[in-house]
Amino acid sequence: MKKFIHDFEVTHNHHITDNYFAIYLKCPVALPQILPGQFAEVLVSNSTTTYLRRPFSIYDVDYEKNVLSLLIKKVGDGTSALSKLKEGDILNLIYPLGNSFSLPEGKKALLIGGGVGIAPMLLLAKFLHGKGYKPDVLIGGRTSNDIVEPEKYKPFGEVFITTDDGSAGEKGMVTQHSLFSENVKEYSMLYACGPDPMMKAVARVAASLEIPCEISLENTMACGIGACLCCVVETVDGNKTTCIEGPVFDTRKLK
Amino acid sequence: METKLPASKDLFLIRESLNSTDQDQNKSEIENPKSKITMLDLSVNVHKLMLKNPVMSASGTFGYGIEFDDFIDVNRLGGILTKACTSKNRDGNRYPRMAETPAGMLNSVGLQNKGVEYFINTIYPKIEHYDTHIIVNVSDSTVEGYMEVAEKLNSLEKVNGIELNISCPNVKEGGMAFGTSCPMAGAVTKAVRGVYSKTMIVKLSPNVTNIAEIAKAVEDEGADSVSVINTLLGMAIDAEKRRPILSTITGGLSGPAIKPIALRMVWQVSKAVKIPVIGLGGISNATDAIEFLLAGATAIQVGTANFIDPQVCIKILDGIEEYCNRHGVKDIKELIGALN
Repeated sequence: MKKFIHDFEVTHNHHITDNYFAIYLKCPVALPQILPGQFAEVLVSNSTTTYLRRPFSIYDVDYEKNVLSLLIKKVGDGTSALSKLKEGDILNLIYPLGNSFSLPEGKKALLIGGGVGIAPMLLLAKFLHGKGYKPDVLIGGRTSNDIVEPEKYKPFGEVFITTDDGSAGEKGMVTQHSLFSENVKEYSMLYACGPDPMMKAVARVAASLEIPCEISLENTMACGIGACLCCVVETVDGNKTTCIEGPVFDTRKLK
Repeated sequence: METKLPASKDLFLIRESLNSTDQDQNKSEIENPKSKITMLDLSVNVHKLMLKNPVMSASGTFGYGIEFDDFIDVNRLGGILTKACTSKNRDGNRYPRMAETPAGMLNSVGLQNKGVEYFINTIYPKIEHYDTHIIVNVSDSTVEGYMEVAEKLNSLEKVNGIELNISCPNVKEGGMAFGTSCPMAGAVTKAVRGVYSKTMIVKLSPNVTNIAEIAKAVEDEGADSVSVINTLLGMAIDAEKRRPILSTITGGLSGPAIKPIALRMVWQVSKAVKIPVIGLGGISNATDAIEFLLAGATAIQVGTANFIDPQVCIKILDGIEEYCNRHGVKDIKELIGALN
């Protein structure tokens, strides 16, 4: 699985809400195939306090235009600097990194994203839809401002929403959504990415329903290519790197 | 990968065939050294090891070299220092093991590796083809452990040197404990010297009052070279959570933040010993590398910078060549310790 390092050109920096933005980046050569769940290590050169690269899930890929995008939430200096990038600016990426989500056994799958954790789910929804599966998407956030571009998932399946304050969709956490008390057994796989407590809650529900579950971890990392061993996660088979052996893990394998 | 279902495996195949057409697009820029017509001699000698150039990768930042094959031609390097190798499998410390700091990072990986037998049987066959010196970084908790690893590596044809890591700050036993007292540093060096016949480099800890004394102690007991420096013991705190960031509380600081300290220690050690000094600590570009040579280093290692730019070692090598051409230097050895 070959990795690349390229200078991408910003074609558009789309500010979606106050805190969320999607950067669209044009690759100088033909994009290699990118699998859902894979990520890029981004060099933030316009922030003096950001020394290491930052890993971001690949949000979407347009092979015709040779453009990929990253969905980012402003949380610190690095992401603030990235939010200021303009059309024509250059961003250096190491990509595509990591493994990918695997295919479900049956037709239906539920893709669950919390806040910016929704980022890898768009490519996954597209990919599953293209292979004849039916991916439904459940998006959770603190408020309606954390529900990012829900319309993007509609061509591929049903979209469900929860917010902590009830400002959009059902009130509560993702695992409190009414679909879990109704027809959740129809799903042959749960995929989740988001804050740790959310992923743990999803993993617990999946275990109790005996539905396979894969989550995408966001461990802090330095290199992204398996050299530094900083991003490890404890599994039943010992420590695994999130960057090479992840970021996607079967929750039954995690400790 | 073995957990993937057949359909997604198909995709991997597609991707690999796609990639085969532009196999070398990453390397195109960096594999064309500007001028080969100059008669510049970049080779340096670290004891019996003749390095084709002074640029090596630092242990723990470069895996086993293979992690960087997609980005550079590893064969162009003077040498690669592998991830630390211990007598038995070590899981390392718990996550979080890393904290970003101003101009650098702290790590507390804790020597995670699968042990010397795994290295010999599984990793070595994958790297022995490299046309560069493979130097294995050796660590353990006990003197006997160091000896066991060194003795087993002695017979590997393509491993012509080891780097004794007596300076890892991230393990409870051994590691830095050996490198912070002259008698301990001398004792482990002497013991390994007894079982290892090829080039033995000792990697020194900066977490000492007088690094020159430690350097002399290991020189007296048979070290062929010293690497200066390993990481500096540091700490990072999450003020919001009122908690240390690292699971081990403290960790090893690396990156540009430590460069001036490393440079000073290379200068001190090179004055104190006769054996060659290998300089490292925050080297991120060719100018940094030249500064270490001028301070007295015979060769240099690039560490944390590999995480920021996986092509940095080659850029440093090309930059050193450019510097020599610009300054009329015909032999890189002229620069070693050549402060005006």
